[in-house]
Amino acid sequence: MSRKEWPLYEVFIRSRNGLNHIHVGSVHAPDPKMALENARDAYTRRGEGVSIWVVASNAITASDPGEKESLFEPLAEKVYRHPTFYDIPDEVKNI
Amino acid sequence: MYTQGLDIPKGDKSIPVEKADSAEALRFQARIDADEKIEPKDWMPEGYRKTLIRQISQHAHSEVIGMQPEGNWITRAPTLRRKAILMAKVQDEGGHGLYLYSAAETLGVSRDELVEQLLDGSAKYSSIFNYPTLTWADIGAIGWLVDGAAIMNQIPLCRCSYGPYARAMIRICKEESFHQRQGYELMLALSRGSAEQKAMMQDAFDRWWWPALMMFGPHDTKGDAEGIKSQHSEQSMKWRIKRVSNDELRQKFVDVTVPQAEYLGLKVPDPHLKWNAETGHYDFGPIDWNEFKNVLIGNGPCNKKRLKMRREAHERGAWVREAAMAYAAKKAKRNAA
Amino acid sequence: MSAVIDKADIASYAIRWGDDALILSHRLAEWCADAPELEEDMALMNLALDLVGQARTLYTYAGELEGRGRDEDAIAFTREERDYKNALLVEQPNEDFAYAVARQFLYDAFSLPFYQALASSKDATLAALGEKAAKEVRYHLKHSADWLIRLGDGTDESHRRMQAAIDELWTYTGELFVNDDLDRRLIAAGIGVDLAALKSAWNDTVSTVLKEATLQRPADGWMATGGREGRHSEYMGYLLAELQYMQRAYPNMKW
Repeated sequence: MSRKEWPLYEVFIRSRNGLNHIHVGSVHAPDPKMALENARDAYTRRGEGVSIWVVASNAITASDPGEKESLFEPLAEKVYRHPTFYDIPDEVKNI
Repeated sequence: MYTQGLDIPKGDKSIPVEKADSAEALRFQARIDADEKIEPKDWMPEGYRKTLIRQISQHAHSEVIGMQPEGNWITRAPTLRRKAILMAKVQDEGGHGLYLYSAAETLGVSRDELVEQLLDGSAKYSSIFNYPTLTWADIGAIGWLVDGAAIMNQIPLCRCSYGPYARAMIRICKEESFHQRQGYELMLALSRGSAEQKAMMQDAFDRWWWPALMMFGPHDTKGDAEGIKSQHSEQSMKWRIKRVSNDELRQKFVDVTVPQAEYLGLKVPDPHLKWNAETGHYDFGPIDWNEFKNVLIGNGPCNKKRLKMRREAHERGAWVREAAMAYAAKKAKRNAA
Repeated sequence: MSAVIDKADIASYAIRWGDDALILSHRLAEWCADAPELEEDMALMNLALDLVGQARTLYTYAGELEGRGRDEDAIAFTREERDYKNALLVEQPNEDFAYAVARQFLYDAFSLPFYQALASSKDATLAALGEKAAKEVRYHLKHSADWLIRLGDGTDESHRRMQAAIDELWTYTGELFVNDDLDRRLIAAGIGVDLAALKSAWNDTVSTVLKEATLQRPADGWMATGGREGRHSEYMGYLLAELQYMQRAYPNMKW
């Protein structure tokens, strides 16, 4: 049995206009065109989408979970970026 | 279609039982205990990864093999409405297989490898699909009983600790809610039909009732001769890959299904079946574990046929898959030129 | 435009196209759990589901027009073989995947312009179906044409198989463009589609796609006919035996 697997594509679907494309899973396909058709047949059988992106899985560069702390924790600390950081008296309206 | 009958058997050495004493392992367990989800690139114990690959791929294989017994009736469905429903349903099973292979692949295994394991007989799939669909009523029985049992097994998995698996299960459960209902509706039509239709329904029920109960797997009570409360099973519970015990789910299934059967005018093929007011559950008779084991090891009525068909389809498709790759390569070369 | 439109004519017309859809969907459904890849299994079933939907609309409409109490199932399952009027092309068996692709492509390249034309039929029901079906079939054609190109221009083996399938099925394509008396009456009434007029669009599609697929277009030699008159190939009897099994074995029951 030959190991000539069709490459893997990640599938992203926009469920309706106004929303972002969201990752839903993957399909195998010989080329991007077929990947798009396969994604349509597999992931939108119940009208779940108005737009599909497919991306070759090996084209995705992902962050390393091991670096989660150095990547994301410094950001969580910067509380002054959030509106709730600021104390405004209740009497002051519309702010 | 997941069934707990596919739990890792006792004494299986291919999947390590983890000691979980390293700092990483303790941190991992703490995340699970806090109901955090584990995502593909996160650190995980080898046993966790292997258990998941085994479970998800067996689940995927079951969906794919499960297309056969039902697909068997698409070209013979009695009405166009039923035909369309059945086609959509069997197609969903294929889709579920695809979602699950997709989830398994996030663990660093390829679909080709998994399919190879199925085709060479080393991977298991749910033994329920080794029973034949002999009449149209079997299509109703499968939807109602087999999908019903599967849904019960699967709903807890929507909360499983591994993100891609849990997400696939959410999608699957959402889609599967129609599968059980269409099966029951099919049976309902037979129950309101002719004497022949009623007989056909009872016959299908008689043949599917016990196999459906076996889908929940062996008893997990300790001390039982058949019990397989293995270290693996405990580990799966701890890792939140498996969340409810086999017997608990089986009892729940019996409790909800018996009244549904009575509504259809069916007689449950179990002389021991009796409502127990004290426990608030139905008592039911002993399961023939000998049959279960036999079907599991390959002696079911259709084991050979199902695998043969899958192998042949795979072999017949080889030139197509190869040609599609060859074309893609040519096209990429032309585009680059 | 002719004065009186015979409802029975429209009913027969609807049944004829319903038969094409039903029989082709049957052949597609035979691929269940048997396609070259899981993704393709799902794709073929989607095509089959669209076709069953089209057949149901057409048969239901025919039953209403007849006013004899036949519903979609009575029409789909209880007729004699001679009463099925589908084209011979759609009943041809699945010798291999190349045959399924060739059959689908040759038919899709016809049915897309057919349904597009039907969308402007003076019969409102047929027009609405034409519009809906054209959208579905546009996708079918894209899918089948893509496969034809892939297999034609893939490996030596796929090229050989694809060419063989096109060569063998070519003889069944002529029938698609023949107008019979029923067609002529309904064309005159502004209801039916002039099939002969679809030939140039079909030729364009087929020539373009075959060329891209590096396949030879067979010569237009002798063409098989008979399907539209209910004279089918030997395959049809077996197909119907399966299709009709339940309704024949258990007549007059609700399912």
